[in-house]
Amino acid sequence: MSICIYIVVMAGVTYMLRMLPFAFFRKKIKSAFIKSFLYYMPYAVLSAMTIPAIFFSTGNMITATAGTITALILAYFNFPLIVVAISASIIAFIFDLIL
Amino acid sequence: MRIKSNFFRGIINGMPICLGYLSVSFAFGILSVRLGLSCIQAVIISITNLTSAGQAAGVDIIAAGGTLIEMALVQLIINLRYSLMALSLSQNLDKSFTFPHRLIAAYGITDEIFAVCSTNKEPIKPSYMYGLIFISALGWIGGTFIGAAAGEMLPRSITSALGIVLYAMFIAIILPPSAKHFNILIVVIFSAALSVVCKFLLPSLSSGFSIILCALISSIFGAIIFPKKEEIEK
Repeated sequence: MSICIYIVVMAGVTYMLRMLPFAFFRKKIKSAFIKSFLYYMPYAVLSAMTIPAIFFSTGNMITATAGTITALILAYFNFPLIVVAISASIIAFIFDLIL
Repeated sequence: MRIKSNFFRGIINGMPICLGYLSVSFAFGILSVRLGLSCIQAVIISITNLTSAGQAAGVDIIAAGGTLIEMALVQLIINLRYSLMALSLSQNLDKSFTFPHRLIAAYGITDEIFAVCSTNKEPIKPSYMYGLIFISALGWIGGTFIGAAAGEMLPRSITSALGIVLYAMFIAIILPPSAKHFNILIVVIFSAALSVVCKFLLPSLSSGFSIILCALISSIFGAIIFPKKEEIEK
């Protein structure tokens, strides 16, 4: 049952974040500091989530590293999200077969 | 008639999002089941949250038995960007976008739907956004179900290789802007370095709080060192 409470909290916070500004906010943010802070936030979050976790994501550091390098190269050349994501996984899988 | 065609246009424009979501949420479904959640729970999380990074962090916290405050804070930090996107979208809505419509459509503000909406020159109509949300959510929820239900039947080598899908997508989101903008690159590296420090030097710190800490410190760092003067771009 406690999982239900977790899900309610998750969904509630996420919906409020989307709904409150969308439905109520009419003015523009003036503070340069807050604007900058909000601007960097998504990148900082995703970076902290990805590193070092990605190296443990397959249960094997070598296959994970191979997948990570694949993702870095493809992302650098602006391949679509789905291509990067699936290629990294395929390379990790191939390395798993080889090892 | 017009309402129908706007809805349909939304569905067409949302097709690529649907396909992308399908594969990523497939991985989320597998991850959830591996962390001990049931298929139904994973699907309910996807229906009620419709977000990748937040859900991945969320099931991590559930699996680790984290506190509800930790859960709320992590969702707040990770999904704060939606407030920004909502704010930005709210500036370009059609007159027909009344308050009840806003309450409903707010559910579907994701990175990708925001990106597609913000390429619209004319004001956004509710029916168009509903089309986008409908097809995208279908991919997201369907993928979660397939991953959670069939994930256990797949060989271990495949499910473990799929564990990297979400993280690889995150790299695909952050690397191109980092390569283009030096300030973003520095913030990204700073945050990654902090995260490594937290992981190995502060092992007692939960992954949720580690993300909050790293994101807050490095965003503040970025805002101080490289303040942005111009309008926030998407």
